[in-house]
Amino acid sequence: MDENYPAHAGSEQVVRWLLPIIIMALSVWVWDRICIWNEIPSYILPRPYDVLEALFDDHTLLLEALAVTLKITLSALVIAIFGGVGMAMLFAQSKWIEMAFFPYAVILQVTPIIVIAPLIFVYVDSKFVGLLMCAWIVAFFPILSSTTLGLNSTDHYLRAMMRLYGANRWQTLWYLRLPAALPYFLGGLKVAGGLALIGAIIAEFVAGTGGIGSGLAFVILEASYRLNIPRMFAAIFLISLTGLVIFLCTSLLSYFLLHKWHESETKSEQ
Amino acid sequence: MTGKPLLSLQQVSKTFSNGTEALSNLTLEIEEGSFVSLLGPSGCGKSTALQIIAGLSSMTTGKISWPTSAPTRNLHPNGEISFVFQEPTLMPWATAFDNVWLPLRLKNLSKVVIHSRVEDALQKVDLLDFANAYPRELSGGMKMRVSIARALVTRPKLLLMDEPFAALDEMTRFKLNNDLLKLWEQFNLSVIFVTHSVFESVYLSKRIFLMSARPGRVVTDISIDKSYPRGDEFRTSASYNNYCQKTYESLRLAMHQETVSS
Repeated sequence: MDENYPAHAGSEQVVRWLLPIIIMALSVWVWDRICIWNEIPSYILPRPYDVLEALFDDHTLLLEALAVTLKITLSALVIAIFGGVGMAMLFAQSKWIEMAFFPYAVILQVTPIIVIAPLIFVYVDSKFVGLLMCAWIVAFFPILSSTTLGLNSTDHYLRAMMRLYGANRWQTLWYLRLPAALPYFLGGLKVAGGLALIGAIIAEFVAGTGGIGSGLAFVILEASYRLNIPRMFAAIFLISLTGLVIFLCTSLLSYFLLHKWHESETKSEQ
Repeated sequence: MTGKPLLSLQQVSKTFSNGTEALSNLTLEIEEGSFVSLLGPSGCGKSTALQIIAGLSSMTTGKISWPTSAPTRNLHPNGEISFVFQEPTLMPWATAFDNVWLPLRLKNLSKVVIHSRVEDALQKVDLLDFANAYPRELSGGMKMRVSIARALVTRPKLLLMDEPFAALDEMTRFKLNNDLLKLWEQFNLSVIFVTHSVFESVYLSKRIFLMSARPGRVVTDISIDKSYPRGDEFRTSASYNNYCQKTYESLRLAMHQETVSS
């Protein structure tokens, strides 16, 4: 049984990648067949080939829009990381600060961004800053709440040990609480990555309806007005692909930082 | 008492904020270089007493004095005490080396300067070959040895141990008992060892303080007049058996008296 273990593990890896690809290929085939068998026109449901064609024909427009969406998403994510971790560290230093400010972070999170975004565009002149703010609001909370939870979940024996050895507040934070919070932070980052993209898209929609915009959501909006459904599908495909790549990047980062010591990323031999 | 006094607890009491009285008038004296055990039933306040001595918990009333050391504001001589907890309490993200290094790192000593000291501590617990291993790669006994190495790396005067081997299997526990006695002699330590095992306390200690059930206090103490080094021949000897019997009887009597008086 043990001799078979490596082969078994290898085949599991292949299946893990192969299975979703097979399912996707099947789905695309079924989609194509539905279009052909029912003679559905491309302005209602385009065939996969039409979408592929739109991707190639409109690639300049789509890639430019993708660059805008990506810039907003990644900028918002970076600011959310620094803001979320910074504020979580502040909360960890004082229960009073946490009690005073955490409810406002929750309020910001539970109020749908779609209703905040129009207000932001009323008060903020710069389109980029407005979009960034919307994406940041959505991405910020998972990082803040996960990191705060991580910083407050440090083993109490380890904290006692730090006190015994005379560690000051910053030493305890640096050597103990931050590393202990890392898995929580990375969990929050995985969620925040996707949410930053969603925030950016929603903000682009709101801005686009007001006549300002250039990201992928604006392309979708514009294409819908022109009934250019294949281009809409192409833009949606790029958004999904971007979300997937962001998730893969954050998962990869999580693996590199945790695989040596944390249960979530370690493999135990059976 | 014949040695120099190291630590003295006088009438120490501790009542938690929820009203639980953990300790009541605990009085004991520890000599320099001694190996003493606090023995008592679960929940009798042994661990609380240890935490008060370490300065990790405050006492409600009473006094702790350190005749030969200058006490800090926490009422314990900073840097001269180390603590081994019930769990190995290792940082899972750090290697064995980095875990042992931590207490020296907190004193802002550089890695280069203290490298040999950390290696020496790991060598003493036979884990130098595992210096780069992460805690998850070590067995329960090895983790506890890393924890002991970390406690010893600061060269403490007093080592406090809170049921450190309770979760280990019998053979590992026997081995670690022997290792601990060797380290105690090598480092010229004073050890306060909390346990609820009569056998372990007799094997390790020069003196056993028996504690009553909650609220804990010392009801009697027993001297184990068997010279060191102690080994497996002591563990299987008639005198060991007699000491265990005597200790067990005293503990039973103490608990019975407590039950009657309450």
